[in-house]
Amino acid sequence: MSATPRSDAQTVVITGLGATTPVGGDVASTWDGLLAGRSGVRSLTEEWASELPVQFAARVAVDPGDVLDRVEARKLDRTQQLALIAAREAWSDAGSPDVDRERLGVSIATGIGGALTLLGQWDIYRESGPRRVSPHTIPMLMPNGPAAVVGLEISARAGVHTPVSACASGAEAVAQGLAMIRGGRADMVVVGGTEACIHPLPLAAFAAMRALSKRNDDPAGASRPWDTGRDGFVFGEGAAVLVIETAEHAKARGAKIYGEVAGAGITADGHHIAQPDPEGKGATRAMRIALADAGAEPTDVVHINAHGTSTPLGDLAEALAIRTALGDAAAQVAVTSTKSMTGHLLGAAGAVESLACVMALHDQLVPPTINLENLDPEVQLDIVAGQARKLADDRFPGAVALNNSFGFGGHNVALAFRSYP
Amino acid sequence: MADQKEILSGLAEIVNEVAGVPVDSVQLDKAFTDDLDIDSLSMVEVVVAAEEKFGVKIPDDDVKDLRTVGDAVTYIAQAGA
Repeated sequence: MSATPRSDAQTVVITGLGATTPVGGDVASTWDGLLAGRSGVRSLTEEWASELPVQFAARVAVDPGDVLDRVEARKLDRTQQLALIAAREAWSDAGSPDVDRERLGVSIATGIGGALTLLGQWDIYRESGPRRVSPHTIPMLMPNGPAAVVGLEISARAGVHTPVSACASGAEAVAQGLAMIRGGRADMVVVGGTEACIHPLPLAAFAAMRALSKRNDDPAGASRPWDTGRDGFVFGEGAAVLVIETAEHAKARGAKIYGEVAGAGITADGHHIAQPDPEGKGATRAMRIALADAGAEPTDVVHINAHGTSTPLGDLAEALAIRTALGDAAAQVAVTSTKSMTGHLLGAAGAVESLACVMALHDQLVPPTINLENLDPEVQLDIVAGQARKLADDRFPGAVALNNSFGFGGHNVALAFRSYP
Repeated sequence: MADQKEILSGLAEIVNEVAGVPVDSVQLDKAFTDDLDIDSLSMVEVVVAAEEKFGVKIPDDDVKDLRTVGDAVTYIAQAGA
């Protein structure tokens, strides 16, 4: 292990996990589903789907209406509902600690915000007039709404933030939480991402960009990162939340520790609003910065949970970026894309995949990339295809996993997690 | 034309729908804010739903005077329900 250990006061660890995803309604079912290679992608049965070019998506496995109280749910956008469910699980998992609320922060991202509320209230306006527009519309549609609701739930007063960087948002929220703790603003931060906008307009809009898979006859096989038959990403919804704090703070309260958030790298391409830089230069820099921030070497990296959205260009640009960032060490890294099962959760993706990285290091098990039948020859990486893989004991302790997230706008975020201790 | 008992019962259904307060708890002497924990945004919902249900107009300037359920029942009855 090449890392120079940080002190407990400077080391940031994960002590609570929560999730609601297309694969499962909580962390245990999500993680079991990912390890088992279960797809959460389904055909859309709504009448409106029939006129769309894309007629499938990855809805959450457990509807939030089955979990939340009716009166509570009706004042919350679906993004807020999913975030609250994941945050309650994570907070409870962390032991619902009695901590100084002025040292407790929140950083919960979304890519799009309360689009379902905006579109739904516009329908009400047009059908019934302005007086019938709900007074809860603005608190429901504002992108910071999910972070605010979680902040209220746990009375967080150190600052409540909502990074917005399209599909990199969830990862940026984790980086923001890490920065809050290292910068001395908080002892503990609840970080994560949420997204819920499965509706004909966003679907039509992403389809208009030619960004979505059109494999309508095989929804579960549609998300196929690095496969030669990949034709776009699969639209999904969900949320994941992690509780992070200094190792010192965690130990003082006797918390269980899942792993370390060791570093973050954030860059921008400066290339195109929606196309990835074909050479992946911004992504390469993000990974290098994350490793340097973690005090780690490429040879410490055992696993990458890739952005891997199943788009023709993006998957290859990322593969090149991984090979460039890690050099010869890239061949020793088990790479996977859990989006093959969850679909692409946009602003929640980086949070769900951070959770998957943490669990992969904790259990020494990497979830598979499903639907990978014919590996694109340009990928040249060790992809964990078809079945979960055990990580070799000789790479632990000190094993590092990276999570990559990239967003429209040219946003790149790489996060480095380390096994703990 | 609804009598006071019918108005109270209709209002109780609205308050239950909006705020989850049990129908039996919505009594004439209860204050919307202090007793039933209805915030200003939810009060807007109650007013708009009451206008629709009872076919009356309740201008915003009058809403601040509707402190208790009894105030609202009286107002709706006088407004011609």
